[in-house]
Amino acid sequence: MIALLLRDLRLAVRAGGGFGLGLAFFLIVVVLVPFGVGPETAVLSRIAPGILWVASLLAALLSLDRIFALDFEDGALALIATSPLPLEGAALVKALAHWITTGLPLTLVAPALGFLLSLAPEAYAYLLLSLLIGTPALSMIGTFGAALTVGLRRGGLLLSLLVLPLYVPTLIFGAEAVRRGADGLDPTGALMLMGGITAGCFAVLPFATAAVLRINLR
Amino acid sequence: MSLWEYANPKRFMGWTRPLLPWTFALAVLCLVVGLVWGFFFTPDDFRQGSTVKIIYLHVPSALMAINAWIMMLVASVIWVVRRHHVSALAARAAAPVGVVFTLIALITGGIWGQPMWGTYWAWDPRLTSFLILFLFYLGYIALWEAIEDPDTAADLTAVLCMVGSVFAILSRYAVLFWNQGLHQGASLSLDKEENVADVFWFPLLVCIAGFVLLFIALVLMRTRTEIRARRIRALEARARRA
Repeated sequence: MIALLLRDLRLAVRAGGGFGLGLAFFLIVVVLVPFGVGPETAVLSRIAPGILWVASLLAALLSLDRIFALDFEDGALALIATSPLPLEGAALVKALAHWITTGLPLTLVAPALGFLLSLAPEAYAYLLLSLLIGTPALSMIGTFGAALTVGLRRGGLLLSLLVLPLYVPTLIFGAEAVRRGADGLDPTGALMLMGGITAGCFAVLPFATAAVLRINLR
Repeated sequence: MSLWEYANPKRFMGWTRPLLPWTFALAVLCLVVGLVWGFFFTPDDFRQGSTVKIIYLHVPSALMAINAWIMMLVASVIWVVRRHHVSALAARAAAPVGVVFTLIALITGGIWGQPMWGTYWAWDPRLTSFLILFLFYLGYIALWEAIEDPDTAADLTAVLCMVGSVFAILSRYAVLFWNQGLHQGASLSLDKEENVADVFWFPLLVCIAGFVLLFIALVLMRTRTEIRARRIRALEARARRA
């Protein structure tokens, strides 16, 4: 498992493209928003939690099709499937690698971008915390979606249509937690519910992902 | 002789052929009776005036939009467990019908909401969760369309349907957390405490029966079409090989 994780991380860093691209995309989306809605600080700080969450969601979406597509094309996925590591474990590792290469950097960069959107100062800790809890779920759901569309030639668009509705609960709770933090309310409830979603995703979706991969490799 | 023998495609075609016209006729009868009764022979509501009559389209279609997904879920589970092709095809056949019902519920809801709430659309929990359900349907249909091999497509969509159900329910309760709504609670539950008055209740029941029958008839018809289409594809494949 660790070998597979290290291999995926090494590929992500050395092959270029996927690693920095998600972050750059995140930055661009956040920078575009003030152009769209105007530079008033009050408006921006009001919508900042939602914007940051939607932007990080889209950035995570951007690199999803790389999770399995390259391995599927060069046959590495079939080798992984026949290795002693159960496919469920491989799915888990793939999601973890995706999180480390996109979700974690996004989480670390988000406060800086929150500064650009003049996010309320009380909300920074909750922004960091909610992204830290929520982005693993995004990676896991995305891995499932990527497994569903791996055999398709033009899977990218379909992937977003399949995955985005699944992202809805995480997005709602994540943005709600940050908003409550910004308004000085207690965001623990939203954070805990989101933690529940993340835990549930990691408990169930590796099995669904592995089942789907087996069907696609048949 | 078990229940599963009816799932044999040939048998399925056999027993649905005589059933289909009857279901259709009964559905049309129920809808005509229910809608005419509802539209022309019920009094206007005390506060809502005649706009209350949208209930005869809105409630049954909303009900069936959810039930169609549940039926797809059951059919998908049967496909995964017992590998009956008819069941996978029935799930496929039900999806577009479900989309149309969802759309009817959304549109009639908007038309009803305009005079009542002063807005066509509000980000209310019920409305939002219906919109998300609509997106789930679209994704499901798109996945069916995108995969060429029918067995792979059936397997993948079945898994998607099961995972999607969990997330659809999750979204339903997530949006509750997010916003307090305009939409009223259930007013048709079986304990008759806060239900609509009997004058509206009986034609509504007939309409619901009509929508259920219409759904069954449409799904049966579409499943038969799918079976025929698959037979044609098999025949073509055989002809190409010969």
